[in-house]
Amino acid sequence: MLIKRSPNGIDLPFSSEITPRAVFENRRAFIRQIAAGSIAGGALLEMLSREAFAQGAKAKLPAQRNAAYSAQDKLTALHDATHYNNFYEFGTDKSDPAENAGTLRPRPWTVSIEGEVKKPMTLDLDALLKLAPLEERVYRLRCVEGWSMVIPWIGYSFSEIIKRVEPTGNAKYVEFISLADRKQMPGVNSRVLDWPYTEGLRLDEANHPLALLTLGMYGETLPNQNGAPVRLVVPWKYGFKSAKSIVKIRFVRDMPRTSWNRSAPSEYGFYSNVNPNVDHPRWSQATERRIGEDSFLSRKRKTPMFNGYDVASLYTGMDLKKNF
Amino acid sequence: MAPKQVTAIKAAVFVLALVPFARLVWLTLTGALVEPLQFITRSTGDWTLYFLCITLAVTPLRRLSKWNWLLKVRRMVGLFAFFYALLHFTTFLWFDHFFDVAEMLKDVARRPFILVGFIAFVLLVPLAVTSTNAMVRRLGGKRWQWLHRLIYVIAPLGVLHFWWMKAAKHDLNQPMLFVAIVAVLLALRAWWAWQKQTPARAGVAQR
Repeated sequence: MLIKRSPNGIDLPFSSEITPRAVFENRRAFIRQIAAGSIAGGALLEMLSREAFAQGAKAKLPAQRNAAYSAQDKLTALHDATHYNNFYEFGTDKSDPAENAGTLRPRPWTVSIEGEVKKPMTLDLDALLKLAPLEERVYRLRCVEGWSMVIPWIGYSFSEIIKRVEPTGNAKYVEFISLADRKQMPGVNSRVLDWPYTEGLRLDEANHPLALLTLGMYGETLPNQNGAPVRLVVPWKYGFKSAKSIVKIRFVRDMPRTSWNRSAPSEYGFYSNVNPNVDHPRWSQATERRIGEDSFLSRKRKTPMFNGYDVASLYTGMDLKKNF
Repeated sequence: MAPKQVTAIKAAVFVLALVPFARLVWLTLTGALVEPLQFITRSTGDWTLYFLCITLAVTPLRRLSKWNWLLKVRRMVGLFAFFYALLHFTTFLWFDHFFDVAEMLKDVARRPFILVGFIAFVLLVPLAVTSTNAMVRRLGGKRWQWLHRLIYVIAPLGVLHFWWMKAAKHDLNQPMLFVAIVAVLLALRAWWAWQKQTPARAGVAQR
């Protein structure tokens, strides 16, 4: 088998394991766009080329599936997962990230890990890719807006990072800071949020094996619009808790002020665990719509506590209505 | 303007007003949308507001341009506002609550921005029902006109509903545009009403 060096330089020695499904979905998506394009006319070519650009820098990223951490749900189509995104650095509409994220340069990239740690370090992408064995995990993703997807992520537990930097006794929380570069990210020029995008977890939450430092999805490196080149995925919390395009990780004493919490504290709490019993002030969280699967004819599906993940022990004795 | 021309204009407006609906159906059927349900909800809401604004713009435009035929398409444009509002409300009842009316009412009561939108929709209903010539005759022109001034309440409520929905995300560019447009259209009316009164009060003969 021919192993080709990818354009962005990720060169892994083992032969890749392409999910035929992803390829299939890609082709179908293309045909669907052609169909849609028959009214969009001349805009089609430009749209397709921009989309190709946005996803352009991807490379195969082989990983063994970890069955212990994989949901049995049907996977969301790759096209849906890459064309319905919240990534305000590229615009506030769901279709904006796929259209605008082509300007993001995921390489070279470094992540600095600092704060209350014995061994602060700055890791480049290759160091991150080699830090621990990559696993594929199929997680449910529940957005605070009431929709959900099922995505095969690739990465390893964030606890691998924690182990290596050795937090001091003062470290109680971990703060994740995303890139905020006006040149690469048109949305940063708007004032919808205070940039850079900041998220945070309690140290024990970050240390939970389900919290995934994520470098890829669907057998490939992350598309720009999904948070390339490195993001977090915390499947029992609403999607916005999982910071994208991370450049800095700080271990801190005090609870970090997160972007959404600063913007609307009554609507977006620090914990933001998926919780069907705590409504968002403007809509119910009891149900959700699975993108690409649920249609006009289906009633919305019930949202399970913690998105169905067994993490209740992290919150023993806490009032999750107050600490939403 | 000749009756024939008015009929042609009315037909053209009718077809144009159906374009957003046709586009929505087309995009949904071809599978071009990742999340058609959200798209339908959003775009029917947007078009309700557009048509409310267009309806409100008819009178000022007619006064400024002296195109009296504009009045002849106003009722149809208003009915299209109701058409899109009805679609918008149906998506809420269908996609969000799957025709569970009890659930829907609970939601309306619990969430002020939905309540505001719901009130605006309910107020639109009598206007749509009385939109026929027979109803104008039955009510009498004056009373009919008074009833249809409900639009001055409905449009701001619709904009408030949209503003509230967008508010927490600090994404207020669009809502602010609607506030500006509706404010100008209503202010013009207030100004004209005030002008009409002032000379009378001052005892100046108008005719």
